[in-house]
Amino acid sequence: MGKLFAAAVVVIALVSAGVFVAHVWWLPPDISALGLRIDRQLDETMIFTGVLFVAAQIALAVFVWQSSGREGAIRIFPGGPMPLVGVATVIVGLEVLTLIFVGTRVWAKIFLAPVEANAVHIDVQAGQFAFYFRYPGPDGKFGVPHPDLIDEGNSNFFGLDPKNDTSARDDIVSASLVVPVDRPVLLTMHSKDVGHSLYIPQLRLQQDFVPGLVIPVHFTATGITRTEIVCTQLCGLGHYNMRAYFEVLSKDAYEKWLVDQAGQ
Amino acid sequence: MRMKLVASVAVCALTTMALAPNAHRNAGGTVAGKVTFTGTPPKMKPIDMAKEPSCAKEHATPVMNESVVTGAGSTLGDVVVYISAGAPSGAAPASPAVFDQKGCQYLPHVLAMQAGQKLEVKNDDQTSHNIHPLSKVNPEWNKSQPPGAPPIEVAYDKPEFIPVKCNVHPWMHGYFAVLNTSHSAVTGSDGSFSLAGLPPGKYTVTAWQERFGTQSQEVTITGNETAKLDFVLKATEY
Amino acid sequence: MPMDSVSASITELPPAAPHHHVAPEGFIRKYVFSLDHKVIGKQYLGLGLIAVCTGMFLSWVMRYHLAFPDKPVPLIGLIAPTFAAGGVITPEFYLQLMTMHGTIMVFFVLTTAPFAGFGNFVLPIQVGAEDMAFPRFNMMSFWVTFVAFVVLVAAFFVPDGPPLSGWTAYAPLSAVGKSAGPGQGLGQSLWVVSIGLFCIGQLLGSLNFIATTLDLRAKGMTLARLPYSTWAWFITSMIGLIAFSVLLPACVLLLLDRVAGTSFFIPAGLVVSDALQPHSGGSPLLWQHLFWFFGHPEVYIAIVPGFGIVSTILPAVCRKPHLGPRVLIACQLAIAGLSYMVWGHHMFLSGMSPMSATLFSVPTLVITIPAAIITLLWLGTIYGSKLRLTTAALFCLGFVSVFVTGGLSGFFLSQPSIDTYLHGTYFVVGHFHFVMGVAAMFGIFAGTYFWFPKMFGRMMNETLGKWHFALTFLGVYATFMPMHWLGLEGNVRRYSSFPSDYMHGSIALHRFITFAALFLGAAQLIFLANLLWSRLRGPVAPDNPWEATSLEWSTTSPPPFDNFGGAHPVVYRGPDEYGVSGARGDYIMQTDPPAETASGPV
Repeated sequence: MGKLFAAAVVVIALVSAGVFVAHVWWLPPDISALGLRIDRQLDETMIFTGVLFVAAQIALAVFVWQSSGREGAIRIFPGGPMPLVGVATVIVGLEVLTLIFVGTRVWAKIFLAPVEANAVHIDVQAGQFAFYFRYPGPDGKFGVPHPDLIDEGNSNFFGLDPKNDTSARDDIVSASLVVPVDRPVLLTMHSKDVGHSLYIPQLRLQQDFVPGLVIPVHFTATGITRTEIVCTQLCGLGHYNMRAYFEVLSKDAYEKWLVDQAGQ
Repeated sequence: MRMKLVASVAVCALTTMALAPNAHRNAGGTVAGKVTFTGTPPKMKPIDMAKEPSCAKEHATPVMNESVVTGAGSTLGDVVVYISAGAPSGAAPASPAVFDQKGCQYLPHVLAMQAGQKLEVKNDDQTSHNIHPLSKVNPEWNKSQPPGAPPIEVAYDKPEFIPVKCNVHPWMHGYFAVLNTSHSAVTGSDGSFSLAGLPPGKYTVTAWQERFGTQSQEVTITGNETAKLDFVLKATEY
Repeated sequence: MPMDSVSASITELPPAAPHHHVAPEGFIRKYVFSLDHKVIGKQYLGLGLIAVCTGMFLSWVMRYHLAFPDKPVPLIGLIAPTFAAGGVITPEFYLQLMTMHGTIMVFFVLTTAPFAGFGNFVLPIQVGAEDMAFPRFNMMSFWVTFVAFVVLVAAFFVPDGPPLSGWTAYAPLSAVGKSAGPGQGLGQSLWVVSIGLFCIGQLLGSLNFIATTLDLRAKGMTLARLPYSTWAWFITSMIGLIAFSVLLPACVLLLLDRVAGTSFFIPAGLVVSDALQPHSGGSPLLWQHLFWFFGHPEVYIAIVPGFGIVSTILPAVCRKPHLGPRVLIACQLAIAGLSYMVWGHHMFLSGMSPMSATLFSVPTLVITIPAAIITLLWLGTIYGSKLRLTTAALFCLGFVSVFVTGGLSGFFLSQPSIDTYLHGTYFVVGHFHFVMGVAAMFGIFAGTYFWFPKMFGRMMNETLGKWHFALTFLGVYATFMPMHWLGLEGNVRRYSSFPSDYMHGSIALHRFITFAALFLGAAQLIFLANLLWSRLRGPVAPDNPWEATSLEWSTTSPPPFDNFGGAHPVVYRGPDEYGVSGARGDYIMQTDPPAETASGPV
């Protein structure tokens, strides 16, 4: 019985670890300027936890194999508890320090670093159950949103007041997030109703919308692609269908797209 | 007043005897006419359905918002014209009012029904919709309808103009016009309507448009004639 | 120490002195509104059993729907004709099932069974008391919890059904009411009331545990001699006392937002289903902070009793003292303390300042150090032991395995930069099911197989038990390990299906998980059958079937009403006297006086 258990634990551990090592299921290819850092951090954590995982499961298996049904005197673990305490503190502690140090740097690069001046500014509004993206138009200025003017049946998703607000007149509102390649993009994210989240796996980007707050994030997409944006914060019955398309276009295609949108 | 009562009792009796609920529509007078507008209506914007590819591909050209539907000659569509006073009372029609969701649009945009009449909501799309009528007087409900799900069947007891929306596809907006009468019509984009089967009497006819509000006129029917009645609503920007 | 005088005064009482309450005669007082901690413990465990069966059933429906989104789920159309007509699972019904699954499992299974259930039954006996310090509070605690459960389940029977806002009930989705979705009306209100009541029940329970542990210990039962399980329940009640006393007012505030027009959690300018909300000035983040200030310690409320159960059973089945007893307790205290400094890691994506995120990330990573030490102490205890592989032992070993697995995946989520990718994915689902769900469940199973003879005076069937363990162990890994892979792919959780092309490719893995989950569920039928069979037909249990040392094994199985038949146990040593040559064999019980032993420290 003990040997059976030990064998089962080893097989489970090796198969599980093997799937991770073989990257059978893995992250989609990264297309952001900073995603590689996150991937590296993930790889490092993967190696560290993978080694600990296999080692701990094998130690469990070996000890159970040896001691089940064993006769004779018990053996106290060599050196008592303190060496184990030391080992755990040093190995885990060192790794923890490394992860904190490296991780904080990555995090800071993404969230603390200021946005470049040439960034494309896009205003994002989440609502039950769709994202809408707003571009300032030729005047480079966003119209002021008025919640009481929101009228979804007439495509006024942001509650703009083009009659009285000149900067709102040329705002472009799109159901897709379209950005130029290799250029920083600044998103100012706000929610119309409840909590939502914007998740683009290929960009390694996920950020909550918190009602009442405007949350800025920025990224630079490095590959031309078309993929999906999904909501990852439970927002109600249509949560599973709250998505939008994310398109990275070449510089020219992006300019053309802007012109086409403005023409509508 | 007494005349009206006698007339309606007579109509009811006739109806019951004939065992054909809508038989009275064939006899009696008709009110017919056109709804037009003055002023400048707001320009409808195209709907961006990029979020729902299964719907977007059903439309060769972009679909426009439908809160103001106009035709040549300043005619106004999607206006509910109904007898708001003086109508003979009658049981709700046995056939259901059908509200379809197709291509992420409501067909029709405005659905008139009588209080107590069965309402059947269908989903002909390959995606889930939720039907969320924002009623104030009647009980509010909100249900999803996945593709292939059976029709949702409900009925409203009290008259009310109920905005209907789909939260999953925020552009989808429509109206349930729950009326006290079965004598109602919703104009097409040519603005025309016709209310038939009216026994002699004095009626108030009301036209309702979701943006431009209501307008009522009185009309008297004496026999089998067709009384002409036109409505001119004042278009407002928002 | 004042304890000595208290103990002394107890032992000075004449043996025939009336207890502070006497054994009741009537059925109602004996089995329903009982003041007896043993009955209350069994009531909690019974409630946990009903709750876990309910919660598991809900998860099967969800899993079936995830694997076969286009097919109606068998039978569910008959059980819930209003919500799932024809077996079609609507997106809202999926979310309602998910909310109820999470709420029932976290509150009414993982909190009631390992803490309130086993703690109530075992703790007073382990400290040598006749009952809890406040038996009436204890009864109230159970019945308030029971009412909370009834109120929660009642949400299935109101017109719009249960809420769909998840077990975390994030505001403003949970606060703005009916217009936010089906179930967000009466269903959500019932949820808030239920959780508020649950907090009251657990606060009463926690106070009782603390008072009993501190004030009702038998003579000689110093804190250092407390069995590890009692230590764990004691620490858990200290965590619970703080955690639930934050969640309770949070629930009151949420209820006020819902029914009294306040705006604690609702900011200005929200437009929900075309209606501008009449609220302003509130903060959705306030709810998140209050909830997770409770929510993260709640993880430890679920798992620390498991630590105690494993640490109590392991020495008994290894026939060996626990390695590093003081280190073990110190680590658990450290975990309890740190558990209050980490809640922000649930909110890394909420727009939190990167500075704060780092501050929350550090203790989250640091908390792995005491957890790792505890794991190593268990491994060190197993090393060189004379392991008796009873079913309880197997579940303890399984606990160690799944705790390691679940704990390690926490390393990813505790780093904000990696959490940025994994936060809303199945990786998180896999992580907390391993470390909180399955590990705690293994603790519950181990405790059941270990203490069942003491509770009911009958042994459980070991053959069925071992089959139960083997299938459960395999089923758990097959079900929850692949969720990590889904998460790495970016597969989002809380989705009832995956429309169009998004994540459509992972449906095969979802199907595998569903089959594994159904297999895992079927394996639990063995456990239910074993419970039933053993309760009715199991061989009569001796007083100390496992040759264990703590006080509950020195009394009869089951114990008499006052636990020790009018006697007042006196304790002479700690609970770890295994592998010594004593009068009984290789162990010395805590009540064995020094004279009876050939050797061994006192």
